[in-house]
Amino acid sequence: MRIPCPFCGSRDSGEFVYRGDAAPVRPAGDEAEAMFAYLYLRDNPMGAIEEHWYHAQGCRQWLVVTRDTLTHAVAGAFSVGGDAA
Amino acid sequence: MTRYSLFQLAAKALTGHRGWAPAWRDAAPQPAYDIVIIGGGGHGLATAYYLAKVHGIRRVAVVEKGWIGGGNAGRNTTIIRSNYLLPGNTPFYEWSMKLWEGLEQELNYNAMVSQRGVLNLAHSDGQRDAYARRGNAMRLHGIDAELLDVDAVRRLAPFLNFDNARFPIKAGLLQGRGGTARHDAVNWGYARAASALGVDIIQNGAVTGMLTDAAGAVIGVETTRGTIRAGKVGMSVAGHSSQVAAMAGLRLPIESHVLQAFVSEGLKPIIPGVITFGAGHFYISQSDKGGLVFGGDIDGYNSYAQRGNLPTVEDVCEGGMALMPMIGRARLLRSWGGIMDMTMDGSPIIDRTPLAGLYLNAGWCYGGFKATPAAGWCFAHLLATDAPHETAAAYRLDRFATGHLIDEKGQGAQPNLH
Repeated sequence: MRIPCPFCGSRDSGEFVYRGDAAPVRPAGDEAEAMFAYLYLRDNPMGAIEEHWYHAQGCRQWLVVTRDTLTHAVAGAFSVGGDAA
Repeated sequence: MTRYSLFQLAAKALTGHRGWAPAWRDAAPQPAYDIVIIGGGGHGLATAYYLAKVHGIRRVAVVEKGWIGGGNAGRNTTIIRSNYLLPGNTPFYEWSMKLWEGLEQELNYNAMVSQRGVLNLAHSDGQRDAYARRGNAMRLHGIDAELLDVDAVRRLAPFLNFDNARFPIKAGLLQGRGGTARHDAVNWGYARAASALGVDIIQNGAVTGMLTDAAGAVIGVETTRGTIRAGKVGMSVAGHSSQVAAMAGLRLPIESHVLQAFVSEGLKPIIPGVITFGAGHFYISQSDKGGLVFGGDIDGYNSYAQRGNLPTVEDVCEGGMALMPMIGRARLLRSWGGIMDMTMDGSPIIDRTPLAGLYLNAGWCYGGFKATPAAGWCFAHLLATDAPHETAAAYRLDRFATGHLIDEKGQGAQPNLH
């Protein structure tokens, strides 16, 4: 897989650290049920997914990468800050 | 069911092996069953077999979207062992090992169970201490474990790279009763024995939805081969648990990941048992056909592709080269991928779900094969009695909310690190 880093260009996925699904958002409060869902429950989609990848061997920026879990095809990436590739 | 025997084999040999009957009935779905199992892998078939054999429930169907032996049951690296440390795991995997030891007689099927030993190598003093602790925990549960010094490891496997500058071999933890089994024969054996007890094995029937009553209880499944009503429905669909659970409106603490496995060309006997590299993630055994069967880490990103990428191939082969440089002379014959249910603590789930009538066996990460007999036994116990089996009582779905995690590797809620 190659990931189109908005800062470094197209780079091998081996340069990145994978975190996982970018959809869960940390809840504002500390309500137990919401924290449980955020920490542990996942949609685990089959097909397109937005994920967090960290460009550890490059610009050291966190990216949101759109990828297909059935084909591994990468559709695009933008930085968590918002710059599109 | 005609019993297989040496006499029968000889008699069939005299007639050119014509006249062998199919091992199990290719059943068409009935309108209703007492229990429907979704997923015809090893776990699903074992569950159906023990429901019929142990609990006397014979109106059971196994609904499989493909064919028997076409999923993870035929994609694993065939290792069986019970060398676990944590209290929730140790009794369960030992129960599985005990079932493996009697499996072929129980099923009248040659599953090629071979207790050739599982050797975990330690490469630092700290790791040796950790293995001593693990071995002691196993022995306290009545499981065989032996801490080997370097000379004893050398006698078992003289070809290892003992003096690797970064990862010298310091010790080994041997479970002599561990070993390998022929993976798809396990499936076929359970399918044949379950079918003989009246279980309907329905192949090429994908589940497309859940039937629920007005109160929200699950009362059957919609499949591509029609509607099937059921008193209870059990999910046993490793790799795709999230998809099937979503049909019932459930979200699970599971991500799907791809795990690759590899086999070399056939070689003369060289690897005595199962050997694992403790400094990376690499495990290897030799099949009875001669191929070196090995694997390592999952690729690390969510996937349903049943194939992995080259960086992991390279990583696994580097582990092999560090451990036994002679492997570089072997040619790789095939590699493939299977989809794993990776849970948030690296341990499985055998439990009821919040929906009445729906039961879950999932989250086996990449340890599902060795668990096949006990997972079937315990899931059947849960389905039949509505109470968890004593060896699987820790595998609760709500442990993530209550904090009773079973994190054998100590990695936290990050499935790709387990």
